[in-house]
Amino acid sequence: KFQPGYLCLKLWGDHGQDTLENAHVCLINATATGTEILKNLVLPGIGAFTIVDGHTVTGEDNRAQAATELLQELNSHVSGNFVEESPEKLLDNNPDFFHRFTIVIAVQLPESTSLRLGSVLWSASIPFLVCKTYGLIGYMRLVVQEHTVIESHPDSALEDLRLDKPFAEFKNHLQSFDLESMNKKDHSHTPWIIIIAKYLEKWLSEHNYKPPQNYKEKEAFRQLIRDGIRKNENGVPEDEENFEEAIKNVNTALNQTKIPSAVEELFNSEQCNNINSESSSFWVMLRAVKDFVHSEGNRDLPVRGTIPDMIADSQKFINLQNVYRTKAMQDAAAVSTHVQRLLQSLGKVCKNASFLRVVRCRSLAEEYGVDSVNKDEITSCMDNPDSEMVFYLILRGVERFYQQHSRYPGVYNYQVEDDISKLKLCVNSVMQEYNLNVNIKDDYVHEFCRFGASEPHTVAAFIGGSAAQEAIKIISHQFVPFNNTFIYNAMLQTSATLQL
Amino acid sequence: MADAELPMAVDGGYDWDGRWNHVRKFLERPGPFAHPDFEPCTESLQFLLEMCKILVIGAGGLGCELLKNLALSGFRLIHVVDMDTIDISNLNRQFLFRPKDVGRPKAEVAADFINNRIPGCKVVPHYKKIQDFDESFYRQFHIIVCGLDSIIARRWMNGMLISLLSYEDGVLDPSSIIPLIDGGTEGFKGNSRVILPGMTACIDCTLELYPPQINFPMCTIASMPRLPEHCIEYARILLWPKEKPFGETSLDGDNPEHIQWVFKKSIERAAEFHITGVTYRLTQGVVKRIIPAVASTNAVIAAACSLEVFKIASSAYIPLNNYLVFNDVDGLYTYTFEAERKENCSACSQVPQNLQFPPSAKLQEVLEYLMENASLQMKSPAITTTLEGKNKTLYLQSVKSIEERTKPNLCKTLTELGLSDGQELAVADVTTPQTVLFKLNFTT
Repeated sequence: KFQPGYLCLKLWGDHGQDTLENAHVCLINATATGTEILKNLVLPGIGAFTIVDGHTVTGEDNRAQAATELLQELNSHVSGNFVEESPEKLLDNNPDFFHRFTIVIAVQLPESTSLRLGSVLWSASIPFLVCKTYGLIGYMRLVVQEHTVIESHPDSALEDLRLDKPFAEFKNHLQSFDLESMNKKDHSHTPWIIIIAKYLEKWLSEHNYKPPQNYKEKEAFRQLIRDGIRKNENGVPEDEENFEEAIKNVNTALNQTKIPSAVEELFNSEQCNNINSESSSFWVMLRAVKDFVHSEGNRDLPVRGTIPDMIADSQKFINLQNVYRTKAMQDAAAVSTHVQRLLQSLGKVCKNASFLRVVRCRSLAEEYGVDSVNKDEITSCMDNPDSEMVFYLILRGVERFYQQHSRYPGVYNYQVEDDISKLKLCVNSVMQEYNLNVNIKDDYVHEFCRFGASEPHTVAAFIGGSAAQEAIKIISHQFVPFNNTFIYNAMLQTSATLQL
Repeated sequence: MADAELPMAVDGGYDWDGRWNHVRKFLERPGPFAHPDFEPCTESLQFLLEMCKILVIGAGGLGCELLKNLALSGFRLIHVVDMDTIDISNLNRQFLFRPKDVGRPKAEVAADFINNRIPGCKVVPHYKKIQDFDESFYRQFHIIVCGLDSIIARRWMNGMLISLLSYEDGVLDPSSIIPLIDGGTEGFKGNSRVILPGMTACIDCTLELYPPQINFPMCTIASMPRLPEHCIEYARILLWPKEKPFGETSLDGDNPEHIQWVFKKSIERAAEFHITGVTYRLTQGVVKRIIPAVASTNAVIAAACSLEVFKIASSAYIPLNNYLVFNDVDGLYTYTFEAERKENCSACSQVPQNLQFPPSAKLQEVLEYLMENASLQMKSPAITTTLEGKNKTLYLQSVKSIEERTKPNLCKTLTELGLSDGQELAVADVTTPQTVLFKLNFTT
């Protein structure tokens, strides 16, 4: 049943909650980090989780089972399951096991397992989030082929007022205002949108239908509005706040209405132009919007339909708001004629047509491949040898160490000193394989040995919160996830997002 | 990977083998990024487990996370203060509470949970307001960490720790400093900061960083509503005191009957003006000034705060210097910077505060200045002074009889009130446990 337009979105709203409740999350390894991540998913109410973990808690229950029971307590509506099996075994015997999940989150995985699992999930188009807490360093890697964001909720969005291309209903509404003949009260409670629109009409008729172009002209336009402020019997301008608002908003109000380049790119993409039975609903709707743009929309996106709050009396404000809302609903209805199914989601897409985003991450295979490694990103970050990139590089060296010595560096006190040079060799060998010429400070290698592969709870909790929120973004298709590597340096409380 | 423990081990005695391995690596090993004062030794763990006293303020979204992180990092002597009881709406974030705990004091339930699940931990709860304690209580703690949702409470705590500072010949005695770690969250944004009272920027030094709470102008609410929020504020601010639907009781955002009444009245108001969008949820949100809370942001900020507690207690690393901002609306973003002390901060600078007014100014103007000035932002200042050797209250709002008696003073000029150039005014307010002294400077 079609219900166009106006949706109230507080954070992620009710429909975001639906996608959460239908999600089945897989967590591999119920370590401190893993259970923290899952706790932050269970509390807001994901539908189900399955923990995969072959480890036992020192002599007692299997770790997966113990964690499942504790997490289940947090939310009785969530269905918790566990599999007492290592991911390596599952990959050997039953890789299809992972196909049932909405997202797979793995923590503290050895490199070889990450790569194997990464490949399976990439082929199955299942989002994969790899996390690690290593001493005071936190690491997250998002692996998703193509993730569509329907609601990116940008913090500061420009309004969609169409003052440069007023639609017919707005022009009609404008005609009902005569600023000159209004009484004092009405004059000082007319919304600034109307004021700017009226004075713009005046300007256009006096300037060959060209709107104010440069700073000088915009200043003149502002002055034109200022001159419209009523004066008292002594010639002193009255206190008309709505006019002040109009003057303040001239700059943004005169912005050209146009389709954001990010959305243009989507319109020009392969998936948008070749809609077929396999196309996801996102692309179907996007195509419908594109078709609208080329017909009813007259080269513009559907009207968003919201206006900011402003000084005005209730009636004038509500009436103006309704003009925009009605137009938005009309446009949404027009888009719907281009769409055959999934009409319920349509309202979202229209209201946020300029906030559609697609996130594409490189695969792990691309990140690790000798020919496809992102050398530019690595070397340019390492121009600053204290960049968070250095922690990524040493983590790669740590995995190399594990492959060579079947253990992690510095786990026992007596190992710390000797392992520093061993770890350094491993880091250098990784750099050489990729033909990377970067300077890795000894202090950082030393610190990684000091870490002794520990998983301090405070760092685990930080990654737990961060990863959970990114997982929620993936599941709900709202808000933009990171792309694609996040490094947290708890020593300095800094972080960086890298594209590897 | 090395043996990782379950976050909440249920059995075993205290300190089974390897229990604190992840902590000991930082306490017993030297490293290039440790604090210059750091000396690796096995006794540090004992200090953490047996002697280090931490105070956690708040047992809500941040508080639950803080308690859990601290307990799992080896801290055992923890006190927690919270004046609230558990509401059903808390359960989706404040994970130490279960449905059966609704109605019980947060501090007590949180303490019970931690003490039962983390062997050896001795959390002491206080079902009280922070203002119920004096210096002797706060002085006993090594570090204080706040997970509050109120700027006023933060400022009060800030003021309390500043009042504990002792100076000898103008030099600050470092042993009188109690570090304050402060965390705050709002939806997907959060911040964590380290305050060394008397040494680094305090809460009041950076008051402008806290966005002002949204208060709609009265004329909009009274006669020109446009948004559903205006209609709700109309019911809350104007109708409730007029109609007194539940007798003399003040509006309680946690009482569903109260909210229902406000909701009904808001709908009527909205209908008058053809405004849509008033819902029960919005009504509750506006009345309680609720900013939607998210479990993950609380987790991140509490994690950062707990780590700073650990760093300061152990010297294992140099602490954050001194402000972290976090935002995961679009990807993940952090920004770390050093907030600077304000030279003439009214809370921590010891610089006498000046008030510049012409002698013909009315007391009302002074009151408004104290409330509206961005660096002061007082809520309901009470102004007293000494005239002819006697203490005189110029204006005080919080006691009805005194408010009525002193209200006429607001319309009198400073000279009419008998004040002279250089007069000292003592101002008390909820934002500070100590009176702030101001010097009146007459301008021409």
